[in-house]
Amino acid sequence: MTRVAVRDEHVGRGCADSIRAVTYNQMVVQMGNDDATDRIFHALADATRRDIVTRVMQRPLSVSALAAGYAMSFAAVQKHVAALERADLVTKRRQGREQMVRGNPEAVRRAARLLDEYEAIWRGRIDRMHDIINDDDEGESQ
Amino acid sequence: MTVTSSTKDAEKLRFTIETEFSATPERVWQLWADPRQLERWWGPPGYPATFHRHEFTVGGESRYYMSSPEGDRSHAWFRFVTLDEPHHIELDDGFSREDGEPVDPHDHARIIVTIESAGPVTRMTTVSQFRDLTQMEQLVGMGMQEGMAAAMGQIDAILADG
Repeated sequence: MTRVAVRDEHVGRGCADSIRAVTYNQMVVQMGNDDATDRIFHALADATRRDIVTRVMQRPLSVSALAAGYAMSFAAVQKHVAALERADLVTKRRQGREQMVRGNPEAVRRAARLLDEYEAIWRGRIDRMHDIINDDDEGESQ
Repeated sequence: MTVTSSTKDAEKLRFTIETEFSATPERVWQLWADPRQLERWWGPPGYPATFHRHEFTVGGESRYYMSSPEGDRSHAWFRFVTLDEPHHIELDDGFSREDGEPVDPHDHARIIVTIESAGPVTRMTTVSQFRDLTQMEQLVGMGMQEGMAAAMGQIDAILADG
């Protein structure tokens, strides 16, 4: 982990001073306003909510169909969906008697871009690990 | 190509990368266990990592920082959750304050390393699991020199041609 030259004032999830001390790259951190960002982070910090996002990205599902998949009450699932809706990760629309939940692919695309960057970091690390091991072979020519 | 496969799961915020070394699992283990070797590969060129504490035992912690060419330091920590020499490492990786201590001990990514013999080679698989997008953005932001160094190299080459 290394700092980059560009300072960025975005703050995620409280602990403002300590997080502000971390500098990160504006090219990477292209977040909207802080409130919206906070809601996304809060929404994705829960395993059930991540699972709901995964399921509705594949196809729209009604709240009752979603609720059938979890060992929790309909009301609890509805609460999770509401948190995801506030974060714009999903949308909910009434369709007849059902409330249909759909995923918002933009949030997932952002995660995908970050994973691309993270992959470049690890490819660099793995190249250097190979260099170190190759160095001992050269040093050891016994 | 040194990387044999990599997979990204954007919905689960998980990244997996695999490589094969012409070395024993014990030798690969040392890349993690020995802080002087770890320092040679963790940080990108020009942004060396310095591990001033490295307790490579279960429950042990590390403190490290990365130095920019301008001399700025960025502090972070590891905590070793599982160690099964020479095959399995699980560690938490998080950000530290200026004094080197964790900003929030519960805010960390989890890195799971599996080192196994695969015929004549040793396969190392590294899985990174992020808690949320903020964390991933911070980690990526701090490791960005990898991409920037490549870009600068291209600029240098263009200037040299001119």
